[in-house]
Amino acid sequence: MKILTGNDLKNGRVVWWDGQGWSIHVEDAVDVGDQADAILSREDAACRVNGGYAIDAEPDPSGRGVRPAHIKDRIRAYGPTVRPDLTLKPADPNAGTWVI
Amino acid sequence: MADSGNPIPQATSEGNTLRFRDDPVPDEPAVSLDAFLDQSNANSVRIEAGDDVRLLGPVLERVRLVEIDFPKFRDGRGFSSARILREMGYKGEIKATGDVLVDLVWFMRRCGFDSFAPDVPLNLEDVQASLNRYPHVYQEAADDAVPIWKLRHPELQNG
Amino acid sequence: MYKYDQYDHAMVRARVEDFRDQVRRRLAGQMTDDQFKPLRLKNGLYLQLHAYMLRVAIPYGTLNSTQMRKLAHIARTYDRGYGHFTTRQNLQYHWIKLEDAPNILGELAEVEMHAIQTSGESIRNISADHYAGAAADEIMDPRPWAETIRQMTTFMPEFSYLPRKFKIAVIAAEADRAALRWHDFALRIVKNDAGEVGFQVFAGGGMGRTPFIAYEIRPFLPTGQILSYLQAVLRVWNRHARRDNIHKQRMKILVHELGEEEFRRQVEEEFQHFLSLGEDFPQAEYDRIAAYFTPPPFEAGLPEEIDRTDPDFAVWVDQQIAAHKAPGYAIVNISLKPIQGIGGDISADQMDVVADLAERYSFDELRVAHTQNLVLPHVRKADLYAVWQSLRDAGLADANLDLVTDIIACPGLDYCTLANARSIPVAQKIADRFADPERQRDLGELKIKISGCINACGHHHAGHIGILGVDRKGTENYQLLLGGSGDETTSQAKITGPGFDEDGIVDAVERAVERYREVREPGERFLDTYRRVGMEGFKEAIYG
Repeated sequence: MKILTGNDLKNGRVVWWDGQGWSIHVEDAVDVGDQADAILSREDAACRVNGGYAIDAEPDPSGRGVRPAHIKDRIRAYGPTVRPDLTLKPADPNAGTWVI
Repeated sequence: MADSGNPIPQATSEGNTLRFRDDPVPDEPAVSLDAFLDQSNANSVRIEAGDDVRLLGPVLERVRLVEIDFPKFRDGRGFSSARILREMGYKGEIKATGDVLVDLVWFMRRCGFDSFAPDVPLNLEDVQASLNRYPHVYQEAADDAVPIWKLRHPELQNG
Repeated sequence: MYKYDQYDHAMVRARVEDFRDQVRRRLAGQMTDDQFKPLRLKNGLYLQLHAYMLRVAIPYGTLNSTQMRKLAHIARTYDRGYGHFTTRQNLQYHWIKLEDAPNILGELAEVEMHAIQTSGESIRNISADHYAGAAADEIMDPRPWAETIRQMTTFMPEFSYLPRKFKIAVIAAEADRAALRWHDFALRIVKNDAGEVGFQVFAGGGMGRTPFIAYEIRPFLPTGQILSYLQAVLRVWNRHARRDNIHKQRMKILVHELGEEEFRRQVEEEFQHFLSLGEDFPQAEYDRIAAYFTPPPFEAGLPEEIDRTDPDFAVWVDQQIAAHKAPGYAIVNISLKPIQGIGGDISADQMDVVADLAERYSFDELRVAHTQNLVLPHVRKADLYAVWQSLRDAGLADANLDLVTDIIACPGLDYCTLANARSIPVAQKIADRFADPERQRDLGELKIKISGCINACGHHHAGHIGILGVDRKGTENYQLLLGGSGDETTSQAKITGPGFDEDGIVDAVERAVERYREVREPGERFLDTYRRVGMEGFKEAIYG
């Protein structure tokens, strides 16, 4: 599947296109098919996303959510692997292994 | 620039050109450096980013306008070209064309540019605001701004 | 240390308002990111993996306690309670909001700090010997010249858009603690036979994907002509560098393509021209700046002995203390390399502790080392035990300076968009493997430097052992290099052979280190042994 990501213009947070808007949770990302360029140029022009781009991903084997194909985007989705306390899932002991 | 020697000349905006000079606008189209060096009657020359402006030294007297092109704003060679022209004693117009950002106009003025005709026209008010933003300069360039070190040492002003 | 006057304050405040206006225009949609990016990069603001990153300049690595407390305050108020010291003696915050950036710059300006030219294609923050002003072996304090050059190079109009970044370093000792010859332009203050002070000038160094060690372009430059000479170098590069390939635009590439002789010739010609313009700063301005760097009032008659009764303290003293020029004083190195920590990271609370120590015990002065450690430059030997106790209580008393666990690592793929692989976890695994203090001390000086991509922010080319992270088909892979150095015997590390995965690289490092232990001669450091026996002996141990 193709999903869209970028950063929030104001606060820089990593965001994912959920079909209506931008979510900070990769689980909310939706397959955009061949609409990536259209959505990105519209959202970029409206200053709703900064540096947006499309990536390959697959449905997460855990049955819920989405797993980006490249480690860089998984680190973006999770947070720094060396500071689990600063990630979106500080309490999840398995979150780090999801990244690698 | 409160402490610079001369006040900034009032800019005028005509068409897509912003001009800090009050002499007549040269109306002859600018030719390439090679052509200019070949044609003894040309007065306006166009400098591309890789051109060596020092080649104009022997024919500087007949130059009325130098257009310096910025193919992209990240290409800073034109800053050196302008300043070298002023160091050679050239007093005519130096016009910046191409990809020019308002945020760079202050630096361009300091290097000797005195007119601007970029691809995307500049807003006169924005330009004036950006030229008035920094009260001082740390070093000398092609303008009359007095560097901070001189302001700190008034005893050296005449030395 | 230097104090801003009305002019410096006015310029930095103007920069804050300039940037505030640029941010406003971006947030209002009046600028695209393509237009905004070069502007924010002129002011140290990057868009990184998780947020914006702000790089704060720490000119020549010198800070006072007020500034350090301000950095702590910013970490707490605008970031997530910590900061990261870099290999250019700067501090980075990794979780900045764009809308906060102008206010942060405003806060920095209050304490005479800024982010001017800390990124982008500009003349970057000037680095210096972190022992400057304290080192027993320096001929003078290099910081007055670093500060003078900082002013000369701030908002230089002709060099608004250089082909690439430009890094300057200044030292004044035979020993090189600033990786001098890895810079684009480097100055070593020397005295000539007539006793005059001048600069030995090096040019064309740099790491990145095409590393070069700077060559001596001029053995002696009168100090008063530095602005002319620097402008000559910059102009030759600015006019003649390629502009068609960002990877070939650093000055080192032009020097390489023209050849050292031809580059020198062109610089000399331009230099004579600049001298004729008479733009150099006068001696009076240097003297004004130098007056701020007058040595602090060191007390006379202080005891030299250190009470070593506490064995943990004695170990720390042996490792972390360097010789000071004043009798009875010592230079204290504060390790930011705890075994399970993140090299260069420091919490806001730790910043406050260090600020307090600087104020109380070190004439209010602190230094940042390019090795991502901190320095208290002027501590009475009699106060060392008290300083150590405070550091220990704050988790800052590791005794591993220059040892195998004192690893330089860039932020890597955990934080950086440019990275291909993570650096910090590799550093942590190596540190864990060699955590035993006895083993570390037995191995002696051993500098491991890790970069997460070819941009080499982790200085892997200069590591006794270097590690370079690469992306191999979406998986992190690590190349091993040996034999680099950033000291006065500068050398470039060489790749051993095929790369390794994350655990494999730790094993490979250990095999290299064990080979050193087997073949070293008495008194030899790892680097000495490598230089004596060469790559082959190590290769065999690493790959079997």
